[in-house]
Amino acid sequence: MHAGIIFLLVIIGSILFHIFTPWYWTDIASNWKGMDDTITLTFWVGGGVFVAVCLFMIYCVFRYQHKEGRRAEYKPEDKKLEKILTWATTLGVAALLAPGLIIWNQYVNVPKNAIEVDVMAWQWGWQYRLPGKDGKLGTTQVRNIADNNPFGINPDDPFGKDDIMVESDVINLENNRPVKILLRSVDVLHNWYVPQFRAKMDAVPGTVTFYWFEPNKVGEYEVLCAEYCGVGHYAMRGGVEVQDKADYEAWLGEQETFEQLSARYEKLNVDGNKLAKK
Amino acid sequence: MSDEYDNNKSYQAQSSEVMDGSTGSVSPDIDYVRPSEVGEQELYHPHSFIEKWVFCQDAKVIGVQYFLTAVFTGVVGLILSWLMRLQLGFPELAGFMTAEHYYQFVTMHGMIMVVYFLTALFLGGFGNYLIPLMVGARDMVFPYVNMLSFWMFFVAVAVLMASFFVPGGPTGAGWTLYPPQTILEGTPGAGMGILLMLISLSLFVIGFTMGGLNYMITILQARTRGMTLMRMPLTVWGIFTATVLAMLAFPALLVSAIMMTLDKVLQTSFFMPTILKAGEVLEYGGGSPILFQHLFWFFGHPEVYIVALPAFGIVSDLISVHARKNIFGYRMMVWAIVGIGALSFFVWAHHMYVSGMNPWFGFFFATTTLIIAVPTAMKVYNWILTLWRGNIRINVVMLWCLGFIVTFVNGGITGIFLGNVSVDVPLSDTYFVIAHFHMVMGIAPLMVIMGAVYHWFPLVAGKMLDEGLGKWHFWITFLGAYSIYFPMHYLGFIGVPRRYFEMYDSPYMTSAVGMNEFISIAAFIVGAAQFILIFNIIKTLKTGKKAEQNPWKANSLEWYTSTVPPEHGNFGDRLPVVHRWPYDFSVPGAKEDYIPQTTAPSEVIHTKVEKT
Repeated sequence: MHAGIIFLLVIIGSILFHIFTPWYWTDIASNWKGMDDTITLTFWVGGGVFVAVCLFMIYCVFRYQHKEGRRAEYKPEDKKLEKILTWATTLGVAALLAPGLIIWNQYVNVPKNAIEVDVMAWQWGWQYRLPGKDGKLGTTQVRNIADNNPFGINPDDPFGKDDIMVESDVINLENNRPVKILLRSVDVLHNWYVPQFRAKMDAVPGTVTFYWFEPNKVGEYEVLCAEYCGVGHYAMRGGVEVQDKADYEAWLGEQETFEQLSARYEKLNVDGNKLAKK
Repeated sequence: MSDEYDNNKSYQAQSSEVMDGSTGSVSPDIDYVRPSEVGEQELYHPHSFIEKWVFCQDAKVIGVQYFLTAVFTGVVGLILSWLMRLQLGFPELAGFMTAEHYYQFVTMHGMIMVVYFLTALFLGGFGNYLIPLMVGARDMVFPYVNMLSFWMFFVAVAVLMASFFVPGGPTGAGWTLYPPQTILEGTPGAGMGILLMLISLSLFVIGFTMGGLNYMITILQARTRGMTLMRMPLTVWGIFTATVLAMLAFPALLVSAIMMTLDKVLQTSFFMPTILKAGEVLEYGGGSPILFQHLFWFFGHPEVYIVALPAFGIVSDLISVHARKNIFGYRMMVWAIVGIGALSFFVWAHHMYVSGMNPWFGFFFATTTLIIAVPTAMKVYNWILTLWRGNIRINVVMLWCLGFIVTFVNGGITGIFLGNVSVDVPLSDTYFVIAHFHMVMGIAPLMVIMGAVYHWFPLVAGKMLDEGLGKWHFWITFLGAYSIYFPMHYLGFIGVPRRYFEMYDSPYMTSAVGMNEFISIAAFIVGAAQFILIFNIIKTLKTGKKAEQNPWKANSLEWYTSTVPPEHGNFGDRLPVVHRWPYDFSVPGAKEDYIPQTTAPSEVIHTKVEKT
């Protein structure tokens, strides 16, 4: 068979695959629709260029196949054509870059009303902390981490006392309320990623990183670790439950504050000592 | 220039290029080429079998040594990829494989393919073989250092392979070797494995520096008479620019390897912050894991172009020769190579959009990254415009070139997704990334390597590879590789993360099982198809048709050696003198459809040569 026909079938196959693929985005469940739209735009422009270049190539293969005695055209340069192509490409690239940068600008500027969620990662699991009534998270230090202080909150920090400790690898979020995810790691790199939210960022030990999104679909989602973090990477899962305001607040009321947790441990200690004395 | 130029006029234009530097007057002799300023290089001819084939100083033998060693590592990398695909597609058959094994295979596959296979093959293999021949030199300028370069590479490969056999096995940190996990318990091979990897990389850089000096200086200083920079084949331009990149980028890898070795062995904290492991705070503090990523990608991104630029250059030459047409826009092609090379140092952090670095970097690096798309696109246009109105031989070499264009454009376009910062956010660390870089810097350069092997084999071995087998080899590889990586992008859209030993039963991932099986089967077939080439080479060496000199009717100097295959010294008694660029194909008025670089203007006086 002629080589050009096979190449043509490859291109047609690629287009058909794209149209009929059962593998595509999960339904989006956050405000980052702009990312999906930019991807779609890039698909149209980029896919168009890909198909055009390949079809032109295939055309040349058919049209200018070797014939004894025929001569190719001799034309080392065509300044005008090269100029047109350069500028057309520059424009196309700029058209793709612009929406990308606009959305990135939104991504790095967190809305003022976002609720902070402290996500702490370790090999291999997740823990969560929410600010208490004062709306502020207490400062933390890795060295403070202990059974009675799983987040390493500085005991002297008044903001830390009312922090809400979520003792689960599932975090509940309020629907239609922006969240600022603060990422910390106590050991190696991790990445708190929910495909339906589109957003992600690495958790880096020694620093706090962040990103934000606004969940807009009630439901349960799986959290995946998206940065290789050692042999348990693939099993490092967690969960998110997006709830309506009422459900969310009910859940929030059930959670323990740092103060309560400390008190519980103290009581355990006292009880333990009493037991030991008996 | 227009076609209306009469012969005299167009020669006037040429002779301005051979101006006599001392007086500024224009020489009336159209065949005049400036005499060489230095005498001929003295060569050390081998006296024994060992000097001829083992510790050899002939760049051509060193090139073949590099080539064979790199291919050996490539076969190891291929087998590792099979094992990975077995686990991903058919985990029930991969019961022997633990997560530790899987991550070790992933890591070694990546590092081997990028550094020890592709880099060594293009620069060490093709660079050594082709540079002296193409620029008209008798050998590299420092043949002894060149020999050391190969043996340093050989030791680096030996150390790398030794890590498979040490306690704990090779490192399983991913080829990016991100700290802190790389040197901590919980990552496979965090003991001996990672140390050997770091030592091997350091040796590689040292060896490569010796080779790289040779490539650069040979191209700059040892070109034959008349071989101006703007008459060099694009292959040489690609290898030259890639070497400059390598000389600037590899030091970043070397220092990060040294710092990480210190973190590992002496508990320094270059990259290590305070870390809590198993309830204990480790003896580290204050280091920055992100610093390593900056250093790594400062090397790692130019590294992509260290592989890509030689491929760009080689494929340009192959397309031009087999389309019987001059490369379209030669000057643009040269400046695109140089421009891409320079820009490649300003885009590294596009690998780190979601690394936790200062998010404001995103604006800068997205912009630089998309700017690089412009010269890259120009190269693509010029390749297809070279085909346009050509007289294209659809042989095995050309098929690989066409395969390259398809896969490279495909992978280049997906690069625009990933480079465009906010589009990268949902796609980074997913299978989309794997599909992208395998298409653009795995399959596309591989297509060029294969095309180059079929193209230059008659020169190296003096025999023609079998075209029929070559076609089977091409079609299975191209169609197979395309059907591995094209659908893989869509796994990335679903959100399937990379470096997952197992997917479990996440709802959106179970739908990927069928595709994973398909991809794995395709990977087994594509891998196996590479043995067609090895069979073809063995068969050809035994019974193949003897190649005539210059079987493709090419113009560049490597086809005009005194013997085929070329002997030590390449060009017999007299070095060739160059009168034109290597792309004078199908010149109107010429008897043949090609004019070798060595042909003097007076011999083709009736042709309408435009560029020389």
